[in-house]
Amino acid sequence: MTVSHIDKLIGLLARLPGLGPRSARRAALQLLKKRESLLAPLASALTQAAETIRICGECGNLDTTDPCAICGDPERDQSLICVVEEVADLWAVERSGIYRGRYHVLGGTLSALDGVGPEELKIARLVERASAPQVTEVILATNATVDGQTTAHYVVDRLASCGVEVTRLAHGLPMGGELDYLDDGTLTAALKARSPA
Amino acid sequence: MEWRDEGIVLSSRRHGESAAIVTLLTRAHGRHAGLVRGGMGRRLRGIYQSGNLVSAAWRARLEEHLGGFVCELVTNHAARLLDEPERLAGLSSACALMETALPEREPHEDIYEDFLTLLSGLEGEGWAQAYVQWELSLLGDLGFGLDLSQCAATGASQGLAFVSPKSGRAVSAEAGEPYRDKLLTLPEFLTHPDSGPPSFRQMEQGLALTGFFLRRHVFAPHHRDEPPARIRFVDRLRGMSTLSGMSGDLETSGAKEGND
Repeated sequence: MTVSHIDKLIGLLARLPGLGPRSARRAALQLLKKRESLLAPLASALTQAAETIRICGECGNLDTTDPCAICGDPERDQSLICVVEEVADLWAVERSGIYRGRYHVLGGTLSALDGVGPEELKIARLVERASAPQVTEVILATNATVDGQTTAHYVVDRLASCGVEVTRLAHGLPMGGELDYLDDGTLTAALKARSPA
Repeated sequence: MEWRDEGIVLSSRRHGESAAIVTLLTRAHGRHAGLVRGGMGRRLRGIYQSGNLVSAAWRARLEEHLGGFVCELVTNHAARLLDEPERLAGLSSACALMETALPEREPHEDIYEDFLTLLSGLEGEGWAQAYVQWELSLLGDLGFGLDLSQCAATGASQGLAFVSPKSGRAVSAEAGEPYRDKLLTLPEFLTHPDSGPPSFRQMEQGLALTGFFLRRHVFAPHHRDEPPARIRFVDRLRGMSTLSGMSGDLETSGAKEGND
């Protein structure tokens, strides 16, 4: 029966992003070798995470509290909402450390074919939040893809009645980008969005 | 099996972690799907945006396999339209329509050529007109063309104002007047392309016309719904036509202007 437990562990590990059956076997072996220092703490961390982490009812972030630490932080700017597609994007903006407002996670993008409509995204909740008197600006930080921008344009329309300023992130040259190596889409966007030097 | 062709990206769906299943509309191989390794990854994602023109190489062991694409970007149509809400909605709608309407792996060079023309047309001045005319010619290419050359009742070739939902033929203003509730409105810019840019209101009428026949001849027989991207595009234009009033922002000297 022990074999099947190991197989089960390997099977579950193999479903994680970046791992296949082979690397899952390595991970499982490593865990079992370092039983005390790795396996037991990981097991308890997983149990804790499953029990305590929930989705913030306010912005859609993941945290142990609801509202999450960002929404509950009185130091943060109440007048700014940054709209992102996924929690991963929220973390990316947060890593930059430059933004001190709040967030709103849509939970995906409008899709041309897969039947993801406005109802599947948390757009109604965003309109509700943006209508609050203290909110003055909504920053759209969706990806620079067709679906991401279609979603952004749709959100702009929906926010038109809220009386807030709606801005979006700039598209253009990445840091350390060499013109020679840039794709023409990025260059086109950069030229269109040029600003006075 | 291996071939090279040029194609337009219609859609890309995530497959697994970073791979994508990409559908292209190719010149010689029709609408064709294939797996792209790393297609959703950081480096390649920009290439596989709907509307981009690519040079594609397809490879599989057997012809009936899904196979894999390796593509090089030729023209980045998607990026040029990203900041233009209406045009981008038009692009999404056109790609979704191609994806829904065309059979797989059946070459349709006319449709491909028309789609290329539309893609460059979307960047130009009369983009809205180009879109409706493209849908009209798509209906024709699929075998459900409308006859807008003369009135079905009187044979007149002037003063056409309606289209019969039954026969798909034009009806003149006087012959159609008693039945106007049952007929579809034919906006003037479809019969007189030189009459100047259409208003958003006329665009909406044009899209209602093509939409009616697309639903009946293309979506319904395949038990498919109208693609959400097209519904959103029409909604967006409807929003514009309400904003800009009945006559629209681009005034035309239409005989039918203000009739309804």
